[in-house]
Amino acid sequence: MESKTVKFYQTGTFTVGNRLLSEEERHVQASAERTNSLNSGHRACQGCGEALGARYAIDAAMKATNGQLVAVNATGCLEVFSTPYPETAWQIPWLHSVFGNAPAVADGVAAALRVKGKKNIRVVAQGGDGGTVDIGFGCLSGMFERNADVLYICYDNEAYMNTGVQRSGATPPSARTATTQAVGVHPGNEFGVGKFLPRIAMAHRIPFVATASVANLHDLEEKVRKAIPIQGARYIHVFVPCPLGWGSLPQHTLKVARMAMESGLFPIFEAEYGKLTHSYKIRRQVKVEEYLRLQKRFAHILKEPATIGLLQKMADANIAEFNLMEEK
Amino acid sequence: MRKQIEGSQAIAAAVQCCRPEVISCYPITPQTHIVETLSAKVKSGELENCEFINVESEFAALSVLIGASAAGARTYTATASQGLLYMAEAVYNASGMGFPIVMTIGNRAIGAPINIWNDHSDSMSMRDAGWVQLYAESNQEAVDLHIQAFRLAESLSLPVMVCVDGFVLTHAFEPVEIPSQAQVDSFLPSFDPVQVLDPENPISMGTMVGPNAFFEVRYLHHEKHLRALERIPTIAREFEKTFGRKAAGLAEGYFHEDAETIFVALGSMNGTIKDFVDLRRARGEKVGCIKLVSYRPFPSEVVRSLADSAQRVICVEKHLAPGTCGVVASEVRHALQHSGKQVQAVIGGIGGRPISLAALDGLWAERNRLDEPHFLGLNWEVIGSVLENQKKIRRSGPVAESVVKTVAEKGGFHGI
Repeated sequence: MESKTVKFYQTGTFTVGNRLLSEEERHVQASAERTNSLNSGHRACQGCGEALGARYAIDAAMKATNGQLVAVNATGCLEVFSTPYPETAWQIPWLHSVFGNAPAVADGVAAALRVKGKKNIRVVAQGGDGGTVDIGFGCLSGMFERNADVLYICYDNEAYMNTGVQRSGATPPSARTATTQAVGVHPGNEFGVGKFLPRIAMAHRIPFVATASVANLHDLEEKVRKAIPIQGARYIHVFVPCPLGWGSLPQHTLKVARMAMESGLFPIFEAEYGKLTHSYKIRRQVKVEEYLRLQKRFAHILKEPATIGLLQKMADANIAEFNLMEEK
Repeated sequence: MRKQIEGSQAIAAAVQCCRPEVISCYPITPQTHIVETLSAKVKSGELENCEFINVESEFAALSVLIGASAAGARTYTATASQGLLYMAEAVYNASGMGFPIVMTIGNRAIGAPINIWNDHSDSMSMRDAGWVQLYAESNQEAVDLHIQAFRLAESLSLPVMVCVDGFVLTHAFEPVEIPSQAQVDSFLPSFDPVQVLDPENPISMGTMVGPNAFFEVRYLHHEKHLRALERIPTIAREFEKTFGRKAAGLAEGYFHEDAETIFVALGSMNGTIKDFVDLRRARGEKVGCIKLVSYRPFPSEVVRSLADSAQRVICVEKHLAPGTCGVVASEVRHALQHSGKQVQAVIGGIGGRPISLAALDGLWAERNRLDEPHFLGLNWEVIGSVLENQKKIRRSGPVAESVVKTVAEKGGFHGI
């Protein structure tokens, strides 16, 4: 009898579900023992990628530390939507100071815990892309350089969403924001500007740098699990779509994130001490244009093949640099 | 133990005795000797159970302490001038959140033009940041205030700045009584925070507060300062009991009881003013002075009582607030309102220009003809010449350069 091997396309991403996985490989979120660190009732928008990413990341960290976790938060959406006084959505010890100092505050928490002999308690700092790549960058680089015992997680939605979608150093070229409007000869954000922080983190030769995406939550959890016990500075940069800022549908958050990943626009990889160790492999490259079509922030370039071509080039360059294509 | 010692090293020795658990710092003149000394003490093991963190900015230095204090550690740093401005956002944050951090300010002018010498414009820029501000007259007082500062800070969950005049005190060698560890231990209990980051009892710190509660939160911050007005003298009395040395508390009078004219000043210039008072008293003139130790909270009642006999109150301040001037005088005037006393503002000692006995003598000679405010030792000839030049030539060059040039042309600076 003729047989045909059926490949579950999504098993590699673990998104078809836990039933195909062994128990220990399953999502932390699938467990009844999950801590709901970022609990329900917070004020995030529908389809918020950051809320999703933070929930998975911090619950995974709680599991990895057996509940011995302190979180520090930069100012931003995550901070504002989770803690409108007198409510808090956090079920873990959580500290917010100001916008640009979360890495330094977290370093201080870690130092105090060492002095107090509480070495089992681990410290996570988190912030958005503005708090991380722009205003918090000095403190972040200092924290990396000191190899402070902190896991820093950046939830990157590519602009200042909390203040109304203004451009950040992580905003991609041509994207429309409130301060890079779709007007003029070169509408949207400029080409040739901005920074990709994971590369800069790698240049500090810290023990662990990884990128992740809400398109692959199991991978995010796994990277947090791996990062938690490592001594020294660790950095995870998570791609989190923002329906409000990007003009995408709330129900498309995962789809948009997946297309960023499958197009090569957002590379998923891991690095140790500055060296690339793993890359997420793209099975079938999605055209950048398909990704752009789902978002109003790119609406003004959809009839500009030259501009789309430049973005496609960026995706292709990522694929080459981070070795993202699966060997055929 | 009595030692001939540099002010910065004496302060470091006092801080060491207070058993700080996390010290974080960034170098800026003139406070560097303090943290250099502490770094050696930590590295050599002389100061045990303490993390010393070298950071990339003053903003990070105070931010590290915010995290460390939130996790229950006793924390210390030192800064000055531009450094204090660079950490400004964290300065307000630390007090708003009630972290009892102790910070030395090696008082120094703020640029531009850049200037490393002493005045009070740095700490004055943070006078409304919600920290307690204590000003030391001498290095002995600096040592004693640091020990009291930790006690005060932790008893109120409020950060304290100990302001020490840059160079004048930080770099001066003088005999200082360095307390013993046993004395400090008996005076300063270990830090027992009222709020702490603890996985066994998770709390959220630093949440967002809207118009429904923000005003009340701010008032309660003010209320802590009102309590500090009572706590500072209590702690000073206990300090005296333990260490056998007088502590000034909120403010201290000198020949104030029957004084007709009273000087009011902050910091090291009180030493010169006291010498001046001695000389005038020897001539039978009824002069006295009030040393303001606590500028925040402002001890209005104490000032009222110490200045009771005076008709004239002369506030000498090392801070020029452009557009108003006389910040300390305004507060003294407020404290003495309806008393009928004349309050005079004297701005001097700016950017390291010394306030000498001769300058005070000159001031005294002019006391009935002073402008309000009076600029002590300001070279009006240079000011006139530079202003005249600016009128004539639109692009007359950078102001600082013109002034320096004009001072040289007029024969140089020979003190006041």
